Amino acid sequence: MTQTQKVATRDAYGDALVSLGRKRNDVVVLDADLSGSTKTSKFAKAFPARFFNIGIAEQDMMGTAAGLAIGGKLPFVSTFAVFATGRAWEQVRQSICYPNLNVKIVASHAGVTVGEDGGSHQSVEDIAVMRVIPHMTVIVPADGVETLQAIEAAAEHQGPCYVRTGRNKVPVIFGPDYKFRIGKAHVFNEGKDAAVIATGIMVAEALKARDLLKAEGIDAGVINMSTIKPIDTHAVLAAAKRCGAIVSAEEHSIIGGLGGAVAEALSESAPVPMVRIGVKDVFGTSGDQEGLLRHYGLSAVDIAAAVKEVIKKKKEPR
Amino acid sequence: MAVTEEQLKTLREKARRVRIDILKMLTECGSGHTGGSLSATDIVTALYFYKMKYDPKRPDWKERDNFILSKGHAAPVLYTALAHAGFIEHAELCTLRKLGSRLQGHPDSKYLPGVEISTGSLGQGLSVANGLALAHKLDESASRVYALLGDGELQEGQVWEAAMTAAHYKLDNLCALVDNNGLQIDGPVEKVMGVEPITDKWRAFGWEVFDIDGHDMAAITAALDRAETVKGRPTMIVCRTVKGKGSKVFEGKVEFHGTTPSKEELDIAMKELSEETVCK
Repeated sequence: MTQTQKVATRDAYGDALVSLGRKRNDVVVLDADLSGSTKTSKFAKAFPARFFNIGIAEQDMMGTAAGLAIGGKLPFVSTFAVFATGRAWEQVRQSICYPNLNVKIVASHAGVTVGEDGGSHQSVEDIAVMRVIPHMTVIVPADGVETLQAIEAAAEHQGPCYVRTGRNKVPVIFGPDYKFRIGKAHVFNEGKDAAVIATGIMVAEALKARDLLKAEGIDAGVINMSTIKPIDTHAVLAAAKRCGAIVSAEEHSIIGGLGGAVAEALSESAPVPMVRIGVKDVFGTSGDQEGLLRHYGLSAVDIAAAVKEVIKKKKEPR
Repeated sequence: MAVTEEQLKTLREKARRVRIDILKMLTECGSGHTGGSLSATDIVTALYFYKMKYDPKRPDWKERDNFILSKGHAAPVLYTALAHAGFIEHAELCTLRKLGSRLQGHPDSKYLPGVEISTGSLGQGLSVANGLALAHKLDESASRVYALLGDGELQEGQVWEAAMTAAHYKLDNLCALVDNNGLQIDGPVEKVMGVEPITDKWRAFGWEVFDIDGHDMAAITAALDRAETVKGRPTMIVCRTVKGKGSKVFEGKVEFHGTTPSKEELDIAMKELSEETVCK
């Protein structure tokens, strides 16, 4: 893992769109007055005729994307996660997922690391509310490299996709030989005492936690679960059978997101003790990125503590 | 090219037959939206049998015109039009709303050829119509997009977002219509949540607006013709209609929004519909 290079996944998205737009002239992009932030502005600059700013009208934007898809285009739709999945949830459900249209929703500024804008702009529910809709594929890339590949994969995939990007620069984890595939988890190391299944920016934190725990003689596996739906059930169950203890970690509520999906898989087929790292059913708040991650218990230190907690649970008589 | 008297006669007769089929279908099914399907019949008849370009053998034909039934609960009139147009067999009409049927309670584009998009949740169809119109502009296609909204539906904010978008992007290949029958589920529209003045609102949003009698086939066809000549902005045709138009059993009755005719009511209506054409 490169210590020095940091890329914001939203920037990687912006670049991926331009590259895609060059290869395919059916790609169109829509935004709701946030293209400077979501980075669809890069596509807008390169291909102005194929970029549609719908203004501060997210519901209309989703419906317009649906219409473009029926008209044979490949629409990428962007705004902040809280608006894409909140304000326009029903439009995503009714006009995109229900008719199973080929629209790709790439929402930025997900999670608490939106920072200073505060709780109204920090989505801690987006994974949960997208996951529950039939036909939707939900992807949370861990770094810039994975984001680029995830956008390409989403473009190839037939059907609605939701991809979550973040505001802040995060460490680059993957190298040039990494191959992202929808529905496939990436196992960094299998581990023995417990396995951490992480997504998004929490993957880098999980890798840091693993190193902290190693120093204490604890062997924790780390898995990047970048596709939340369809979740890589095989990887979840394999980790459960191998380690007997699971920690999930996401920059999202502990309700209904990655933690929920992992718990569903475990409880049906390999029930083992589990601890969920995430926002504990509260709203976000204004602050700096580092401060917020500490405030909400979303750092490597918190993951390491959770691993110790779940190992304790594993050892308790049942 | 203006409509001929011969064409008008044919269209009025077609509308009569569509009304008969709608009522038979609804009575057989026992569930569905009577009033709003009947008020829209003359509009939909003019669209499918006078104005729109399509091929029932090729529902995905790239050069087709598109129709979006934004007021999706009027599915019976769409299904009947599709049957008369040859997209589906007449026999399939009586499967409306039954388990496993392609004729879902509200139009479902996954199952039924000729349905552009699933609708049913009000306020969403115009946005979709805009998207299609934008796609046609990108492709420099001559295809036109038609969207039919309800008047109660104008209470949904998204409609006005779409109204802004259509004007902003100068979608002159888009023609929307409002089936202004004045009634919604909880009563008269003006009593529940007034939407008037409808024509003023659309004009203020930058649309070309025509205000017509939605049961006058000559007026409907003339407005559709005129809409094709409008450049630089979208067209809205406000159609003053009567909910349940076709029989005194249903006309102007709030309760027939979402209820279907009994056998006795169907018999009365059939007598009226057999006697003469309903619209002028």
